[in-house]
Amino acid sequence: MTPDQIDALITALTVFTLAILVGFAVISKVPATLHTPLMSGANSIHGIVLVGAMLIAAEAHGGISQALSLIAVAFATMNVVGGYVVTDRMLQMFKKRPVAPKPAADDAETRL
Amino acid sequence: MTALQVIEILVRIAWLAGAVAFVLGLVRMNSPATARNGNLLSAGGMAVAIVATAILIAARQQLDPVNFGIRASSWAIIVAGIVIGGGLGLYAARTVKMTAMPQLVSLFNAVGGGAAALIAIDDYLGIVRGAEVRLDTHVFIVLDIIIGSITFTGSLVASSKLQGLIPGKPILIPGGRLVTAGLAAITLVAALVLFVTGTPSLPLMLVILAAALIFGVTMTLPIGGADMPVVISLLNSFTGTAVAMAGFVIDNPVLIIAGALVGASGAILTKLMADAMNRSVINIMVGGFGGGDEAAGAAGAAAGGSVRSISADDVAIQLAYAQHVIVVPGYGLAVAQAQHAVRELADLLEERGVDVKYAIHPVAGRMPGHMNVLLAEANVPYPQLKEMDDINPEFDRADVALVIGANDVTNPAARRPGSPVSGMPILDVDHAKSIVVIKRSMGRGYAGIDNELYTNEKTGMLFADAKEGLAALTAAVKAL
Repeated sequence: MTPDQIDALITALTVFTLAILVGFAVISKVPATLHTPLMSGANSIHGIVLVGAMLIAAEAHGGISQALSLIAVAFATMNVVGGYVVTDRMLQMFKKRPVAPKPAADDAETRL
Repeated sequence: MTALQVIEILVRIAWLAGAVAFVLGLVRMNSPATARNGNLLSAGGMAVAIVATAILIAARQQLDPVNFGIRASSWAIIVAGIVIGGGLGLYAARTVKMTAMPQLVSLFNAVGGGAAALIAIDDYLGIVRGAEVRLDTHVFIVLDIIIGSITFTGSLVASSKLQGLIPGKPILIPGGRLVTAGLAAITLVAALVLFVTGTPSLPLMLVILAAALIFGVTMTLPIGGADMPVVISLLNSFTGTAVAMAGFVIDNPVLIIAGALVGASGAILTKLMADAMNRSVINIMVGGFGGGDEAAGAAGAAAGGSVRSISADDVAIQLAYAQHVIVVPGYGLAVAQAQHAVRELADLLEERGVDVKYAIHPVAGRMPGHMNVLLAEANVPYPQLKEMDDINPEFDRADVALVIGANDVTNPAARRPGSPVSGMPILDVDHAKSIVVIKRSMGRGYAGIDNELYTNEKTGMLFADAKEGLAALTAAVKAL
């Protein structure tokens, strides 16, 4: 390995480690109520693999490589599109309801 | 700097912006009020990253045709893949029922892991044609293939189990654990040979691929339905890791960051779910819990108490004249599609001035937080949904605890040693002044033991299907 390659590897490992720590810090705060949308949302985020799939598809030569990258792009897009749409569907159901017997509370609720 | 270099830099900055949007989107998941907005932010970041990638590919095609050799056929592949995958994803996401959410999330997880594995496989095919592989490249490719393949088949099996295509109960093949261990050993040896020799070998890589794919199946098959929240979280974490590995393989930081974020999130949820069942992740993955037979011995302690059956009219009177009612929903409620029926009853009680809350055990449902989504779908306002630690002190002043389709998570036997559920955090339902359990029969829960709550003298059993029982209660309360 050349010094440049070692640098690149260490940088990548640094980014990886710090991102894991950020993930732990951020996700520990999510309430149990939202765990399903959280998981579904995180699921959509790993759809970023689409970027990689597009890059290998761009340089795919030969039938096998083209077939593999076509499946990879289709899989990844399904992950991205389906993940975000279904997460949004779930999250729009989480709403507060104005308390019926106390009309005065309605305004307070909507202002929140 | 050439024009292409400038574009490469701008695209990398766009990827970074995407990664920032993912993190900020996750931060907004902290509250139901901002969560939807956070998801849209995350989706926006994703769109930016994808469009930037398309621009990068176009720029490489136009400005440096010699080095990259990007042809029109590449665009055909990308567009076709996006149209097919996007169409399928959109259709599935729009039509899925909320009860089927765990299997859909599992399916998306499978394809994400599959895509990550395909990237490594494609990369390796290119290497095999050339020569000499650096150790770090080899390691990341092998890890990506292994983790991505396990996630792919493992998630597909989990999804099929949840969908009912494969029986949900633990499937134990004689010597199955031996096969799983053997596959793990084969993968490990093949990988070590690759690392030590440093020469690319397509046959060895195919062995690793096949072993990992089968491993995913044999790992998931023996795991029972109620352990699914743990399995799904774990597989989610695996996919994140596989995507991060793919990022190392093709040297792309946004894949590394996003993959690491998801890997961390899955790991946290896995731990939370395993803790909520007081079992180690290893114990769950080894599987076979609640097969049924081991229950015979453990049940002895609780047997002997008598069960009091109660009519819907009596329950209706109790509920209607109570001040505080806590509803304890379990997976049985979801199976009976009774989440709307329970909300109707709760609305009726609230009109009469009864305070109604819902006690949600962390593993209620088939994935983390599943019960909250089901109740939210039935328009139950989320402030009424209480987590275990918040609601447990309130059972002491609850007049009625209404248990619907929940079993093991309410069993007081968990507080004593010597039972399969011992040490599992439970909802303190037995602290309520009166307890009503809606249940079809005296059947046992997932742990395969009798629930001491049912023989408690404060408990009345309303034997009915969750939906019909709730409808009868609603009618009876109306008639009062």
